[in-house]
Amino acid sequence: MSGPVLRVRDLITTFGQGAQALCAVDGVSFDVGPGEVLGLVGESGSGKSVTLRSLLRLLPAGGHVAGRVEWQGRDVLAMSEAELRGVRGGQISMIFQEPMTALNPVLPVRVQIEENLRAHTDLDGRGRRARSRELMDLVGIPDAGRRLDEYPHQFSGGMRQRVMIAIALASDPKLLLADEPTTALDVTIQDQILHLILDLRDALAMSVVFVTHDLGVVSATCDRMAVMYAGRIVEEGAVRDVFAGPRHAYTRGLLGSIPQAGAERSMLLSIEGTPPGLAAIPPGCAFNPRCDFATEICRAVRPDLAEMAPVHRAACHNAEAVAAAGSPVRSALADG
Amino acid sequence: MVEALLSAEDVSKDFAFPRSVVDLLRRRHVTAVHALNGVSLDVRRGETLGIVGESGCGKSTLARCLVRLHDCDRGRVVFDGTDIATLRGAARRRFNARVQMIFQDPYSSLNPRMSVRQILSEALRVHRMRPAGEIDGRIAELLEMVRLPADAADRHPHAFSGGQRQRIGIARALAVEPEVLVADELVSALDVSVQAQVVNLLLELQDRLDLTIVFVAHDLRLVRHISHRVAVMYLGKVVEVAPTEALFTDPRHPYTQALLAAAPEIDPGRRSRRAGARGELPSPIDLPPGCLFHTRCPHAFDRCPRDVPELGPRGPGHAAACHLDAPAPRP
Repeated sequence: MSGPVLRVRDLITTFGQGAQALCAVDGVSFDVGPGEVLGLVGESGSGKSVTLRSLLRLLPAGGHVAGRVEWQGRDVLAMSEAELRGVRGGQISMIFQEPMTALNPVLPVRVQIEENLRAHTDLDGRGRRARSRELMDLVGIPDAGRRLDEYPHQFSGGMRQRVMIAIALASDPKLLLADEPTTALDVTIQDQILHLILDLRDALAMSVVFVTHDLGVVSATCDRMAVMYAGRIVEEGAVRDVFAGPRHAYTRGLLGSIPQAGAERSMLLSIEGTPPGLAAIPPGCAFNPRCDFATEICRAVRPDLAEMAPVHRAACHNAEAVAAAGSPVRSALADG
Repeated sequence: MVEALLSAEDVSKDFAFPRSVVDLLRRRHVTAVHALNGVSLDVRRGETLGIVGESGCGKSTLARCLVRLHDCDRGRVVFDGTDIATLRGAARRRFNARVQMIFQDPYSSLNPRMSVRQILSEALRVHRMRPAGEIDGRIAELLEMVRLPADAADRHPHAFSGGQRQRIGIARALAVEPEVLVADELVSALDVSVQAQVVNLLLELQDRLDLTIVFVAHDLRLVRHISHRVAVMYLGKVVEVAPTEALFTDPRHPYTQALLAAAPEIDPGRRSRRAGARGELPSPIDLPPGCLFHTRCPHAFDRCPRDVPELGPRGPGHAAACHLDAPAPRP
């Protein structure tokens, strides 16, 4: 396997100044390989969306990013605005959770797709028109010729998400960043969009970073996953390995919170309490007040991500105890 | 056969669009969203009935009709032998106390200006559940029941997280000692780990208080976990109803099959690269003729756009509305 296309090192994102500053992403490092789908999982407030936006410096005013984001050997965080424009929306595209707010409601979708083509390709007007029609076909919008002249409100939720993907693909990106792209959609439409993203990944040899809170989506689509809690990655590994043998108590709790077939009406393995606010992250391991495995050291020392098995890392002092407790997910793999 | 405690009999509900003067002059037809199109469903005493479907299938409208937050246009809802549309005055208040609803959004369903104590004592006073002297004791009991700290009573809703607010909603519903709880997307606004806490609480309360629960949700895994029976809705109709195990292992309606196939597997070992259903939901304003699902159905044949299929028996307690007895699910 060749080297990673994206290397993120010690990413730190803060909002606000001085003593009031809140740290939303606290030292996150990960790689994305060529053609790989990486899932970034966590609950609300865990910093997963901010991490994704920080990669392209797409932060609201007051946000500040530090660390390194290496894209094809260059640091995105150190680029000039002009250089960044070539990468953002060009080599790296992004799709968002709410397609109605991400699309411009007063422009027909043709204009919105061609806008990206104009910025990132040297096609002429005729070429752009043909290409935008191809893109609409590619993402599975029927009757593309007519629908190009319609406005976003004339599309259903699933079709709007397809339009957004068409815009993202216009520049032939090498990396697609997807921020909860299916959360607002119904399950049959979610299924269609997930399959579309996977098919496009295969056809266009893209890498994908997928932010989601839904472990079902991760299980169905991602190759590797990174679990975030309170702004840090607490566990990272191949999806199969993490589901089969979580090494961090939080990952284990998340997996146990999902109802499974065959255990109807039993008590779920829930996690007591709620995730901490950014202003009150507990000392030591941020998860320790909610953790069943917590010991003295967890309250005092923050654990670092450590290699537990080949390409499986976890930040837990009691990883062995968690591993011994086993996975709450019953897998067809384990049954043979 | 266990008696039905609450049943919908051929319930329909339309929401008409307002007509402008121009519409009247041009004699345009009244356009309406057909939210429910003849729903018949029994809820039995002591069971949890899950109602699933995608957005726009009418599941929330049905929930609201069951507690009479909407009056139905056609058909009727019967509770304990009485048509609830005929209830007046004290009898209606009595019904409201016996059948309670918990809402989806924990942020908009609690009055932000009232403390938890005020919210709960309002319910207790309106229904004269306890004499004034015993109200504080009952509030403490209710908070303990939903696992909130005793000092929660004097705080306002903004001081609580989403999961805690849903507990307050549950406490408010339980304050009037209902027999039936109608929960509309009770946990869908909550994070996964918090969802599990609330689901555990609901299961425990049901055992302790002998509650009958109507659990409306779009999350199939969740509905499978807590329901005894499940009804699947599509465009304002029940297309299949069955005991939970039968519905999930042997679905007989092509829509149920598509829905189950579309839900992502939690087991990475069973990944599929095929989409479960094609196409999207037709508009509830212009419903397709015949079987409502025929526009998306892989098994549709010439009879489907013509005849409306009725719910027919498929096994013990299992009924499906399809012209085919056992359409083969796609591999």
